Amino acid sequence: MMRKTAFAALAAVMVLGAGTASAQTLKFGLAEDPDALDPTLARTFVSRLVFSALCDKLVDIDPNLKVVPQLATEWSWSADNKALTMKLRPNVTFHDGEKFDAEAVKYNIERHKTMQGSQRRGELSAVTTVDVVDPLTVRLNTQAPFAPLLATLTDRAGMMISPKAGKALGDKFATAPVCAGPFKFVERVAQDRIIVEKYDGYWAKDNVHFSRIEFRPFIDATVRLANLRSGQLDFLERLSATDAASVQKDNKLKFASITEIGYYGITINIGKSDKSKTSALGSNAKIREAFELSLDRNGINKVVFDGLATPGNQWVAPNSAYYAKSMPVPKRDVAKAKALLKEAGNINPVVNLVTPTTTDASKIAQVVQAMAKEAGFDVRIQATEFATSLNMADKGDFEAYILAWSGRPDPDGNLYSFHGCKQPLNYSGLCNPALDEILNDSRLTTDIAQRQASWNKAAQIVLAERPIIYLLHRKWLYAHNAKLTGFKEYPDGLVRFAGMKM
Amino acid sequence: MTRFLIRRLAILLPTLLFVSIIIFGLQQLLPGDPAIAMAGEERDPQAIADIRAKYNLDKPIWVQYGLWISGILQGDFGESIRIQLPVSQLLLEKLPVTIELAFLSMLIALLIGIPAGVISALHNGRWPDYVANVIGLWGLSTPNFWLGIMMILLFSVHLGWLPASGYVSPTEDLWGNLQAMIMPAFVLGTGIAAVFMRHTRSAMLQVMASDYIRTARAKGLYERVVIGKHAFRNAAVPVITLGALEFGQLLSGAVLTEQIFSIPGFGKLIVDAVFNRDYAVVQGVVLCTATAYILLNLLADIAYFLVNPRLRT
Repeated sequence: MMRKTAFAALAAVMVLGAGTASAQTLKFGLAEDPDALDPTLARTFVSRLVFSALCDKLVDIDPNLKVVPQLATEWSWSADNKALTMKLRPNVTFHDGEKFDAEAVKYNIERHKTMQGSQRRGELSAVTTVDVVDPLTVRLNTQAPFAPLLATLTDRAGMMISPKAGKALGDKFATAPVCAGPFKFVERVAQDRIIVEKYDGYWAKDNVHFSRIEFRPFIDATVRLANLRSGQLDFLERLSATDAASVQKDNKLKFASITEIGYYGITINIGKSDKSKTSALGSNAKIREAFELSLDRNGINKVVFDGLATPGNQWVAPNSAYYAKSMPVPKRDVAKAKALLKEAGNINPVVNLVTPTTTDASKIAQVVQAMAKEAGFDVRIQATEFATSLNMADKGDFEAYILAWSGRPDPDGNLYSFHGCKQPLNYSGLCNPALDEILNDSRLTTDIAQRQASWNKAAQIVLAERPIIYLLHRKWLYAHNAKLTGFKEYPDGLVRFAGMKM
Repeated sequence: MTRFLIRRLAILLPTLLFVSIIIFGLQQLLPGDPAIAMAGEERDPQAIADIRAKYNLDKPIWVQYGLWISGILQGDFGESIRIQLPVSQLLLEKLPVTIELAFLSMLIALLIGIPAGVISALHNGRWPDYVANVIGLWGLSTPNFWLGIMMILLFSVHLGWLPASGYVSPTEDLWGNLQAMIMPAFVLGTGIAAVFMRHTRSAMLQVMASDYIRTARAKGLYERVVIGKHAFRNAAVPVITLGALEFGQLLSGAVLTEQIFSIPGFGKLIVDAVFNRDYAVVQGVVLCTATAYILLNLLADIAYFLVNPRLRT
């Protein structure tokens, strides 16, 4: 009896102490713990979510992927498209009170380009020099015209850190990041929390309504949602597709989604290594065509993503302005697939499919296996832990590989590195001089109609060669407290905290 | 006793050195390249080369081992490749959390397991024995992740009594800390309580059937004294060994439970580190845990001396 009473008392005290957080704090649930909080070194999606609060960029995108001002208010290309001149926003300060100006932009671009371990070097490789024209005007010079540069600056390559803090902390900048975003860094306890608070000197502070954001990683999607339901969180990213229906029914919660700019696809080794010569898929374009025809993208979407993804056959989704509309998503045609296999003289080709052990990839592999079997394919799933699978892809030690790409706002970011000859992400080993010329052409002009014409031509080659069979584009799924307003979805999946309130 | 302690402490260092070689060697067998794992989606070759150079991954393995071990001797456990923070800082952050969780789980396990084992032995073959057995089996066979999620749904989502997950430092808010820790500690504790209960029961049954218990009763001692002083102290020896092992295991981090309740302890740290090939972190955690294990075994040996006078001669 004594023990019972004691337990009840303990429980009562605990209940009384629960839930006293301030209404001004946004409690944000992340799907994983971010990596280094340094825009030059960071490489994960979750770190970009935190940067959305901490670090403003030179330019941003709007929900239609149009580039819009942020720290730069206007910009123009030189007549030869080899220099991008940007006018900077006046009266902007970093969280340490330092002034944001053209010198700071120069410092940041050079830091991105030269720092040891920089993940931005490749993105900014086209930039040769940075000129400070006047305190509020900066010019980025490139060796050759490079149209994707502007879109590159909408992400981490365009994030500006305080030069003073950058110089003082060096490669330890991630321990106490100082930027020019709406919130400033307070503390980070690895795998537990990242806390930021409103920066009173922010240039658009009237549009920032939270005094504090607490980012907490919850790896398990069910647990993340349970925390939202119990009030421990106000907002969560990457809701599990299977929970979407129950969130929509719950009037205390709100559901939001938007199609990503990335994709899920099956990369096929068609020339990366000798393995391509011995593999049925790699050595014969007809067998690749048959393989694609055996797959029902809508079916994969329904089984794996509860119908919440967008089936697609290109590096951008069919609802994107950059989609080559003349080449729509092909329908499943098992009879034709069988006929093609017969023509190729191999009616039961074996396909070894390297599959990262993530839930989505494993499920996709199983559905692909079952579908392709009906056309005669013997798909053997090679479940491989992610880091190892990347290694295998890099060495060409695979026949087919399920891989997701997070996507870039400019289609070039989904295309060039993957299909340009010998580019770092070209796992398929495709090397087509005609395609290379088209891809290079698309970078020469900033005229979107001309670039689109190049991408349409590229689509014809890529979709016929099938170095990657594009399957679908996931949706970014969010759930939040119904009291929260002002949240807008962006195709890059990031959250813009300005304007959100509760 | 002193000689015994000195002897045990003397073998501590070579054991740890051996452990360090094993950790280092085994890790190299893991497929996947840490530099590539770290280089992210863009996989810029220069970035990969930079990471290799910065973390000495381009050097022969024995050189890497030498650099690591000499760093440790100077208190430098290296730096996490993923989050670029010193491993010693991560260990110092996580260790108190893991120790607290281990301690609370152990407390719950002892409070449930030992009385249940004793009661079950004393009522062998009668209903309290059956009830204790059923509870014990339930504790053993219920997966932690399931129990964890069920508890979150009941106590956090439906009743709203406790925070679903997350961690609050006791120095910031003691009640908040207890609220956050009670569910994970209970989930971990019930599993171990079942093991304790089974072992206590069988040890007690054995002891209760021995001659000296009969003698003690014949002397007219109170049953309380017979059980508490004569029977239980003898039965406790195997339970102490078990306790030390279980505690050691808890200190190596309760991976699933920490994941579900978002407790930032060793388990979460090491899983993330393994997946990201964050070698320095894996090595640091395993070395720390191995040291704890060895020390706990030593403590268990000392505890034998205290509970069992026969060992003191």
